Amino acid sequence: MKLVTAIVQPHKLADVQLALAKHGVSGMTVSESSGYARQHGHSEIYRGEEFTIDFVLKVKVEILVTDKGADEVVAVIAAAARTGEIGDGKIWVTTVDEVVRIRTGEKGEIAV
Amino acid sequence: MTPGLAMFYGGMVRANSTLNMIMMSFVTMGTVGVLWALYGYGMAFGNSVGGAGIIGNPIPLLGLHGAMGAATAGTIPAMAFVAFQAGFAIIAVALVSGAVADRMTFPSWILFTILWATLVYFPAAHWVFAFDGFAADKGGWIANKIGVIDFAGGTAIHINAGIAALMMAIVLKPRIGFGSKPMRPHNMTLVMLGAGILWFGWFGFNAGSALGANGTASHAWVTTLVATSAAMLAWLATERIRDGHFTSLGAASGVVAGLVAITPACAAVTPIGAIVVGVAAGILCALAVGLKFKFGYDDSLDVVGVHLVGGLTGTLLIGLLASDKAPNAINGLFYGGGFTQLGKQAIGAFSVLIYSAIVTLLIGLFLKAVMKIRVAPQAELDGIDLEEHAEVAYDLSSVRYTTYRVNQRLVIPASKPEEVKA
Repeated sequence: MKLVTAIVQPHKLADVQLALAKHGVSGMTVSESSGYARQHGHSEIYRGEEFTIDFVLKVKVEILVTDKGADEVVAVIAAAARTGEIGDGKIWVTTVDEVVRIRTGEKGEIAV
Repeated sequence: MTPGLAMFYGGMVRANSTLNMIMMSFVTMGTVGVLWALYGYGMAFGNSVGGAGIIGNPIPLLGLHGAMGAATAGTIPAMAFVAFQAGFAIIAVALVSGAVADRMTFPSWILFTILWATLVYFPAAHWVFAFDGFAADKGGWIANKIGVIDFAGGTAIHINAGIAALMMAIVLKPRIGFGSKPMRPHNMTLVMLGAGILWFGWFGFNAGSALGANGTASHAWVTTLVATSAAMLAWLATERIRDGHFTSLGAASGVVAGLVAITPACAAVTPIGAIVVGVAAGILCALAVGLKFKFGYDDSLDVVGVHLVGGLTGTLLIGLLASDKAPNAINGLFYGGGFTQLGKQAIGAFSVLIYSAIVTLLIGLFLKAVMKIRVAPQAELDGIDLEEHAEVAYDLSSVRYTTYRVNQRLVIPASKPEEVKA
């Protein structure tokens, strides 16, 4: 099993959600996150004092998939989240040791 | 009232446009407040040029020169009338901002307030509000030659601003994602607060238009109360039947719809007539706000649905419901007065509507031709507050604001390519 984690532009979330739904992915976890890499933050000015805020608002999408499904899901997200500008985000895949569906107690790929 | 409008509108936009929305009202207090003293009052209430009733002569009143000292407007000091009418001018312009939410550049809005006040509001105020022999010998054509009843601004303010809002929404085109993304009010408590301040301020507007603490003012105060109460109930009932719930946004919108509709009629109808005006406005405006999705114009905060429709409702209903028991002492159709007043009301309403539509469209197209009228798509997506004002209304994520300027204070060593590869 794999965990696909994607950091995307907030305004691309709707596109990512739609593309994943069309691909047959029936669930995901999303959270707000902040960070920076190559994209600069923003400046705010209050009574002449400038505050440069380093962290940029992003959305983190997390999806549990089977080993076979990971590559396709990554490709779908990458295509849907891309604008071509700096700040489009990143996707990474990690191996997951165990998954449990709490309601039924099912374990492993059937619980994904 | 205009700060109330700022809160009412500010709560109705998405969180990252709040300050821009509020600022559009505030900066209008700046521009129109200054213009009013420089030449606006003169254009609206100066002696009509050539007695034609088209525009006041601002020359003797430049800088309010001719309004100082012993000058009077009717029975009150001219300066009191200047101050009172300044509020009308400011809010009429500020109302339009509801149609351009989230996307109009701030400099172009500032220029819009100056052009629109000068070319549309000041003339319209002259037509409707300047009575012969009151502030000057000769006044406007709608007030004097036609004899339209517009006690506190249904025609000059609400129909005028409502149709202007429609034109600006068309010129600016819809926001990115209009109709597909949820563009819902981010702070309903702010909306309710704004509606409350508006209701309170409106008593001053309508009753104050009697220009004295007298029977007419008292009558206007009562009709303003009951029409607004009835409109709120009517809007809520419409929503309950159509959508299944009584919403707070419906209550706030019903309040404003009722206030708009009773504004021209508050001294023309009886308290029972006022309830009818309120119910009609509440139902019609509640139905009208859905039209923007049908026709695809992004009147973001329903200036058209509430102010244009409410203004027309109140202005035309005077023709039906005016009673000679009320201070204006004219009978409408239902009280045996025939169609005469209804005809006059329609001429007044549609004259201002057509004039405002044409001139606002020209102003909008002019601004679009000479300057950047819309923020860049990325700025619109990130929120116009940051782009136009370099501020944010809320710390929507506290994590982001726990540090600042770290990157500038440290010299971060450039990463070596081979490390990145590994």
